[in-house]
Amino acid sequence: MIRWLLLALGGALLGGIVHLATIIILPRTATQDAYARLSRSVPVNTVAPLPEPTAESAPMPFMDPAFASAVCRYDLSQGPLKLSVPVSLAYTSVSFYTRYDVAYYAINDRAAGRRVIELDLMTVEQHSQMPEDEEITAADRLIVESPTLTGLIAIRALAPEPGLMPMAQSAIANARCVRADEPKPSR
Amino acid sequence: MRLLLGSLFALVVAAVVGLGATYLALTRGAAFGPLTIGSWTAWPKTGTADADPYARASIARIGRLPTALGDGVAFSASADDNGRPLDGRCDVVLAGVTPAARFWTLTLYNGDGELVANSIKRSGFTSQEIVRHADGSFEIVATPRANPGNWLPTGGVVRYVLLLRLYDTAVGVSTKAGREVPMPTVNVRSCP
Repeated sequence: MIRWLLLALGGALLGGIVHLATIIILPRTATQDAYARLSRSVPVNTVAPLPEPTAESAPMPFMDPAFASAVCRYDLSQGPLKLSVPVSLAYTSVSFYTRYDVAYYAINDRAAGRRVIELDLMTVEQHSQMPEDEEITAADRLIVESPTLTGLIAIRALAPEPGLMPMAQSAIANARCVRADEPKPSR
Repeated sequence: MRLLLGSLFALVVAAVVGLGATYLALTRGAAFGPLTIGSWTAWPKTGTADADPYARASIARIGRLPTALGDGVAFSASADDNGRPLDGRCDVVLAGVTPAARFWTLTLYNGDGELVANSIKRSGFTSQEIVRHADGSFEIVATPRANPGNWLPTGGVVRYVLLLRLYDTAVGVSTKAGREVPMPTVNVRSCP
């Protein structure tokens, strides 16, 4: 009897290890996480507007229907990215997620303090390789360091009333995320 | 033979305990550092780079993008103030005020995080749409039947979840439940 109790206790301890291991491994094996869902439909290093969530279909669960949203699925292996998002009238935010959908940075229109949210996104290595004496670096550009080489940028603009949704969508439509070394498109 | 049987037994116990605990943790949405106010719970830390392994696992399983803390905080409620699960066939009244935030949105989802179909295509309110009392408080009625005032149609689903997202708010990791963070009460008014 005692032998079986001991075996059960040992099994339970081993079960604890199994539990912790599965919790830690799960994000790396998930095939239906937000990044995996979006990577099927969204091109790399471009801003792609997301369809509004409806009862029938939504790009991902628990999306806020009051927001117009777009994502930029980034890959920094070729170099840093430049992101610019014009702010809409109500509320605009830009959130950064790692490959495993962990939010590591977010900024909103008030924190940016301008009419356009402008950011440089790069890895820690790319940041350390940047020339230090560049005068514009500190003054004008906000630099965000990505912990992973790939990830998602979620750009969202609030439509305080359903009638303002087109306005929010048009603000989002002018958002750009491009490789930093690419020439700027002429206006 | 006894050794083989014994170790097999221990392994089965390990698998049941381990996978069972993982399943429970993920379906309950467990994570460290919950901020509970009334029937509302938020996990501010889940929206940061310090998200714990449980939060990361549940984010991956659900497949959502969490609200980043620099953006806002999402409070969810799946039961009323008496602990009864929210039922879409009942009249549920949300009354009171919200913590200070530049904007907030209230959205109704089914258990899978999908919006619920209804005749007036309303799945929630923003802070600007709401009709308020003179003192700034509001009352929202979640019910399947048309209702005067702030009517949030439930579409008659059996179970639903309410998400109150505060955008650009001071509520965060260091917030303690108290008078500075008033959340609306959730009460069932009548149930057919």
